[in-house]
Amino acid sequence: MIPAEFKYLFPSTVDEAVRMLAEEGEDAKVIAGGQSLVPVLRMRLAAPTALIDIGGLTELTGVRDDGDSLLIGAMTTHYEVQRDHLIHDHALLLKLVTDTVADPQIRHRGTFGGSLCHADPAGDLLAPALALDAVMIIAGPGGRREVPASEFFVDYFTTALAPDEILIDVRVPKFTGWGAHYEKLNRVAQAWSIVAVAAAVQVSGGAISAARVGLTNVGSGPLRAFEVEAALVGQPASAEVISEAALRASAGDGYKDNLARVLTGRALTAAVAG
Amino acid sequence: MTATAEPEIGRARLRKEDARLITGQTTWTDNLQLTGMLHMAVLRSPIAHARITNIDVSRATSMPGVAVVLTGEDFAAEQGSLPCAWPITEDMKAPPAPALAVGQVNFAGEAVALVIADSAYRAADALEAIDIDYDELPVVLDMEEALQDNDLVHADLGTNKCATWIFDSAEAGAGTNVEDEIASAEVVIERTFKQQRLIPAFMEPRSVVVAPAAGMYTVWSATQIPHILRWMLSAVTGIAEHKLRVIAPDVGGGFGGKLQVTPEEVLCLLVARRMGRPVKWTESRTESMLSAHHGRDQIQKLTLAARRDGTVTGLKVELLADMGAYLRLVTPGVPILGAFMFNSIYKFAAYRFVCTNVFTNKVPTDAYRGAGRPEATFAIERMMDELAVELGMEPMKIRELNWIKHEEFPFNTVAGLTYDSGNYEAATARAMELFGYEELREEQARRRAAGSVVQLGIGISTYTEMCGLAPSRVLGALRYAAGGWETASIRMLPTGKVEVITGTSPHGQGHETVWSQIVADRLGVPFEDVEVLHGDTATSHKGMDSYGSRSLAVGGTALVHAAEKVLAKARTLAAHMMECDESDVEFAAGSFSVRGTSTVRTLGDVVLAAHVAHDLPEGMEPGMDADATFDPDNFSFPHGTHLCATEVDTETGMVRISRYVAVDDVGTVMNPLIVDGQVHGGLAQGIAQALYEEATHDEMGTLTTATFADYLVPSAADLPAFLTDRTTTPATSNPLGAKGVGEAGTIASTPAVVNSVLDAVRHLGVRDIEMPMSPERVWTALQGRPDEGAGEVAAGGLGSIDAQGGQS
Ligand SMILES: Cc1cc2nc3c(=O)[nH]c(=O)nc-3n(C[C@H](O)[C@H](O)[C@H](O)COP(=O)(O)OP(=O)(O)OC[C@H]3O[C@@H](n4cnc5c(N)ncnc54)[C@H](O)[C@@H]3O)c2cc1C
Repeated sequence: MIPAEFKYLFPSTVDEAVRMLAEEGEDAKVIAGGQSLVPVLRMRLAAPTALIDIGGLTELTGVRDDGDSLLIGAMTTHYEVQRDHLIHDHALLLKLVTDTVADPQIRHRGTFGGSLCHADPAGDLLAPALALDAVMIIAGPGGRREVPASEFFVDYFTTALAPDEILIDVRVPKFTGWGAHYEKLNRVAQAWSIVAVAAAVQVSGGAISAARVGLTNVGSGPLRAFEVEAALVGQPASAEVISEAALRASAGDGYKDNLARVLTGRALTAAVAG
Repeated sequence: MTATAEPEIGRARLRKEDARLITGQTTWTDNLQLTGMLHMAVLRSPIAHARITNIDVSRATSMPGVAVVLTGEDFAAEQGSLPCAWPITEDMKAPPAPALAVGQVNFAGEAVALVIADSAYRAADALEAIDIDYDELPVVLDMEEALQDNDLVHADLGTNKCATWIFDSAEAGAGTNVEDEIASAEVVIERTFKQQRLIPAFMEPRSVVVAPAAGMYTVWSATQIPHILRWMLSAVTGIAEHKLRVIAPDVGGGFGGKLQVTPEEVLCLLVARRMGRPVKWTESRTESMLSAHHGRDQIQKLTLAARRDGTVTGLKVELLADMGAYLRLVTPGVPILGAFMFNSIYKFAAYRFVCTNVFTNKVPTDAYRGAGRPEATFAIERMMDELAVELGMEPMKIRELNWIKHEEFPFNTVAGLTYDSGNYEAATARAMELFGYEELREEQARRRAAGSVVQLGIGISTYTEMCGLAPSRVLGALRYAAGGWETASIRMLPTGKVEVITGTSPHGQGHETVWSQIVADRLGVPFEDVEVLHGDTATSHKGMDSYGSRSLAVGGTALVHAAEKVLAKARTLAAHMMECDESDVEFAAGSFSVRGTSTVRTLGDVVLAAHVAHDLPEGMEPGMDADATFDPDNFSFPHGTHLCATEVDTETGMVRISRYVAVDDVGTVMNPLIVDGQVHGGLAQGIAQALYEEATHDEMGTLTTATFADYLVPSAADLPAFLTDRTTTPATSNPLGAKGVGEAGTIASTPAVVNSVLDAVRHLGVRDIEMPMSPERVWTALQGRPDEGAGEVAAGGLGSIDAQGGQS
């Protein structure tokens, strides 16, 4: 469990970090909380020549109110997300999802941005980011650019980030007053999701006015269950409507397809209830 | 006020070793730093079966910090063969077992080359620069296929069959003939169960340091068996035993996984001798999973004969046991330990056990918590449930009908053992009461009637097991190479303080606490005045170490005998000091007195008198130390009743344990806190076999569960609050009345969980589900689909990694 040799760099600004990434070339990597990268290094599944530790970039931590949306710094830890009032009030789904990530030790080190950049299809934060239309704000040698979640997650462990880019902020629209729930099936507490479903619903006057549903670990990246959402909007928030809509989460007859349907039904039921 | 002090025996003392263990104040093997120390890294075969056609170490040798790179050829003349101490039959096939492969590898993870460097980092770096050419051979993984002998693990042996071992009650004169019972039975149940392969997963990875000094070698190892290791290292390497000192410092768990003489222990010793410098090796978790021995891995075919009224009459057990690629220390004997336990607490008239040991291209198997007994208990408890289902009887009734009644002890079993004591009725009654058995049955009926999504199951395990390994004559009869006695010494220091030396080798159990309690109780000295020394062959020169729930029943008894010797001598001296007849001396609460007088000498006074030796009775030697060695006449037989309620989500297949009651009879309890701890940990491991853990391989023989992301060890978060209680029928085979508790929880719990899950879904048409009962397997069974193999493991984070070299 000993990583290959690497150079260690500790920038103090985003611009410096971007410059270092460019200077060190393709085989350099950003390290955030290290909760996914360090195991990979220790098992020598990857051997980057340089690690650029963005742990000193205080400008990347914390959640800000930005009018219609929240800006979540990439280096905000899971622990901070769990306790942030803005997230609790305007993006409750993210809090509920983060509550299920790993264990307290890991939540103190692992970061919101790191989870998204790592793009493990079993990672829990991808599906809610997709369902909530999050937008990634990225810094690179050519300046800043914005990439919506729907284009950010490309494949297994692959994102739209170029090797010389850093995720700095995540913009999440406000979902104030929406009900939310994350229904996760994993075998033991420290294991990743077999399948999980993130749901957020807006109910007014007994009817569902808007709904978001994202699926974890069903495909090579997070999936948005558009058909489920469509079947809900404008319908009464009833058990029948939910169970009928949940059937559209997946068409196959495999175990994960079944879980996608069952857990979608449960996630929606709980989201509607509160 | 000593007279009213709380008795030491039975007192729930906190463990005295914990402060240093959990605050970083102890030195684990890997913490040792010696001047001039070299570091060893091991390159392991990524391939399960191959000829090694070429090894090129030139690149690695020239890397910075590398002292030398060594291969099997370099050690061919000196490494000997790793020991197997249990040749179960005269004609058992045993392949040579080199510590470092020579010319051929037989499992993925086998050591093929060593880098010796000035740091662990540089040693790991250089591993990647060793070039090896492999010529792949057909891989043998499946035991039934292996027995066809189409492809051979060891071509020289001419077969993959290692040995067949048979016990037959008719031949042994312990019962009738099983074939007759089957032929005349009203009901015959035949089932096949799979005991999946497990990985012991001790917390502290293995680590070895060897320091050479002027022809003497000190070996530190995270081992359960320092004494056996010393003997075996001497036998394997030819280094004289008196030139070897083995130290097991504090060791972080073993579960049988450190009951081994490992390739790396031998190699560190040989490298230290070659280099004349200290050498350290510490494994990574993945390395541990790829190379430390595994456990279980049996296919069990059972045939049970019974009458329609539920009386069992005969039991036939046909086992296939996977040895893996080599025979390690007790590999072939592990399934044989189960031979005596399949009949369990039931009165079968006839019993036959046939075990066929098989070689495959996998990591060798060996002892893992329970070693043979969990497998047996699982099989018989599953069969009792199958019989109950077949006859439409209540599963507890069928057990009650067949078990040995409390008034029938001592009882000679059909497997040839004598159970000395027990009370299955009492343990069961207490468990049923704690569990709320009847109410749960009613709840279950309600959920069935309502067709609830979450169904409720109730599982029973009324078990016994054998501990206190072991009477030496029995081990001899089973062709085991060593004895089963244990030893203890008491050193009475001039200030009245006490040093205890034990031949047992605790690695997490809490012997220091319990041994101190025993001595405090027997000698009337304060608990704090006792220090327990263990695990160093220089202080504890002999012993048979710790495994098989033997330490208290055997080693604790040796300690009692040593204390009796101290007291006997002290009494003689006290009489001399008080100028009375020895028969008038009374001993209580640490003091001698003359009956009917106020004359008193404390044990401390007497010990000092013995030490200064100014005035001793004629012929008495100075000093008050004593040694004792105890060889038990019989095993001890813990038993108990475990009841498990599970909730099975029929839509997802997820199983949740909603209630778990364990009522164990482990004999007289020295320290209830420690007993509870052992039961809790044991339950966790038994439940893990039922629901979570499984070592799996791909078709190339690569272990696909080589990290804790893939091999699912449950934590407290996944387990219910256990309801534990005890009944007590003391063992008659030792003066403490202790039976042993190290393995009971593991042995009992697996079938309780599995029976419970099946009970929840049987009415939905499910007949069996393989372990571990993953949600995917449970769901698949509920769909009426065949089990496609391993359950779904979410490939998060790391995914599965290949069996790659050593430190990587
Ligand atoms: C035992 C264990 C259990 C876990 N369980 C779960 C779980 O249940 N659910 C779950 O979702 N996760 C789980 N995780 C993963 C955890 O959530 C990690 O925190 C997360 O995956 C990565 O965040 P990090 O900050 O540690 O990133 P790091 O490990 O530092 O980096 C991960 C990857 O992202 C890149 N990266 C990180 N930040 C940036 C950035 N700002 N810009 C560009 N690239 C970046 C790195 O270069 C690297 O490739 C678990 C981890 C462990 C060790």
